[in-house]
Amino acid sequence: MTMIFGIPLQAFLGQLLVGLINGSFYAMLSLGLAVIFGMLKIINFAHGAQYMFGAFVGFLLLKWLNIGYWPALILAPLVVGVVGMAIERTMLSRLYNLDPLYGLLFTFGLALVIEGIFRYYYGVSGQPYAAPAALAGGTNLGFMFLPNYRGWVVVSSLVICLGTWLAIEKTKLGAYLRAATENPKLVQAFGINVPVLLTLTYGLGSALAGLAGILAAPVYQVSPLMGSDLIIVVFAVVVVGGMGSILGAVVTGYMLGLAEGLTKVFYPEASNIVVFVIMAVVLLVRPAGLFGKDA
Amino acid sequence: MADLTATPTEAKSIARLEWLLVAIGIVGLLAAPFFLYPIFLMQIMCFALFACAFNLLLGYTGLLSFGHAAFFGGAAYFCAHAVKVWGWPPEAGILLGTAGAAVLGLVMGFFAIRRQGIYFAMITLALAQMFFFFCVQAPFTRGEDGIQGMPRGFLFGLIDLSRPLGIYYVVLGIFLIGVFAIWRIVNSPFGMILRSIRENENRAISLGYSIANYKLAAFVMSAALAGLAGATKAIVFQFATLTDVTWQMSGEVILMTLLGGIGTMVGPMVGAAFIVTLQNTLATSGFPVTIATGVIFMACVLLFRRGIVGEIYARLLGGSKS
Repeated sequence: MTMIFGIPLQAFLGQLLVGLINGSFYAMLSLGLAVIFGMLKIINFAHGAQYMFGAFVGFLLLKWLNIGYWPALILAPLVVGVVGMAIERTMLSRLYNLDPLYGLLFTFGLALVIEGIFRYYYGVSGQPYAAPAALAGGTNLGFMFLPNYRGWVVVSSLVICLGTWLAIEKTKLGAYLRAATENPKLVQAFGINVPVLLTLTYGLGSALAGLAGILAAPVYQVSPLMGSDLIIVVFAVVVVGGMGSILGAVVTGYMLGLAEGLTKVFYPEASNIVVFVIMAVVLLVRPAGLFGKDA
Repeated sequence: MADLTATPTEAKSIARLEWLLVAIGIVGLLAAPFFLYPIFLMQIMCFALFACAFNLLLGYTGLLSFGHAAFFGGAAYFCAHAVKVWGWPPEAGILLGTAGAAVLGLVMGFFAIRRQGIYFAMITLALAQMFFFFCVQAPFTRGEDGIQGMPRGFLFGLIDLSRPLGIYYVVLGIFLIGVFAIWRIVNSPFGMILRSIRENENRAISLGYSIANYKLAAFVMSAALAGLAGATKAIVFQFATLTDVTWQMSGEVILMTLLGGIGTMVGPMVGAAFIVTLQNTLATSGFPVTIATGVIFMACVLLFRRGIVGEIYARLLGGSKS
């Protein structure tokens, strides 16, 4: 058997794949956080809860209406996005003129409520959600065995991240968004409805979290707690990457996922704190974050 | 722009009102164990001290820490380990817990003060989560079981803490000493500089203060006092578990402070009493505590950001600025 640094190649690649999968979710979630933060200047603490909500929408669609994975892939982000927009319109929009910390506290409360509701009905144990038949099984790549669904997750997360980046950098709506981030008053004066843009942005960010959730449902179990543990790691990712650039958030997400996977190979005990350690080191060397422009 | 940490105008009338409240409060607490369940009262006092210590940082320095559970729960572990495994007397255990929390605060603060605002909040949250994972894995915390059945012992070898009134008055003493220390810090020249950092950080820098040192000092003091509260709680309940180091606990202390009134001396105590009472009531009703906590959080932020005590002050002063 091939060995690399005294570790069987199979195990090494296996953990690297797990890292890549985790990194895909870090990237998608920190992308959503960065999109929301860029426009609303609010850190969306409820992002983890919305991710869990997305997974549960998929699970409940299957359980109650017998709607499978593929329609759920569209419906779950839609539901989460619409609920997000309703919350933004009725409550979050009242906080824009206040210290950004209020937004963090409000969305923290929101996260507790969403999580509390699902915990009340489903307890803390996970519910299984099967991968769609088309993606069952795996492919032998010669050097390792790749479960098809995991490959699908990596590819779709890359597509989602790239697509969001293109939509913001290259489309007209994206240009409006970026302009409104720079100077909302001026953009409003040009006749663009900035409040609607804000609502759409929060909806888009929430929908991204919901999409990540339904993608995650077959990989991890659907559990009310799946979001809250993840969101804290994603916060560390965001601190490392800095929220100045969307691409920065995505790249940092993948990098830290891989770093976590590597740590699992060499020193498993430290695998769930390695992201935080990297965060501390980055704070020492480059306090503004790897891609950050703000101090 | 309404600032998160803006205090109500500190007029003379408020100072007089606070002294009156303090006098009533102390008399009330001295008499309370004859009317109410002492364990319940001690729980409130521990959390009230915890919230006041947190408020020292948020209300008077303008730093929102999302990781104070690490100091509260960490100190509980240190104290429980010293008392149960090493057989230390309770006063030494509490001191060790406080000192341990101060050291943790020094380390966490060192990293966290490099960023401001929401980044500061996220960094403290991440570092506290790291400490949580450490507690899950370290053998001395005994994982999911926690350290249980620690003896209360005798304070200074004299006062029997296993008697309800004995421990009650000791906890009351610790609570009063802790709150007095916070009051002294806030009303000292040092406290004034902290407030100037809260009001306008750049101006404080331009006046020549090395604000990083002041922030770090405030962070360590707040951590140590939160540790004092946590270690005392461990003695009262005779155990230390993972619950006290979770991020939910960090959120709870924020809620207590926000609900009572950020930047007021009495507010965090009122908030703590309210939340502890609510939790004890809900625990028997079957309604999930998390949902209630979340709803109160949202309502506080949307409707009364000054908190219960802050709103009362604002009403008493007549002016209703928002």
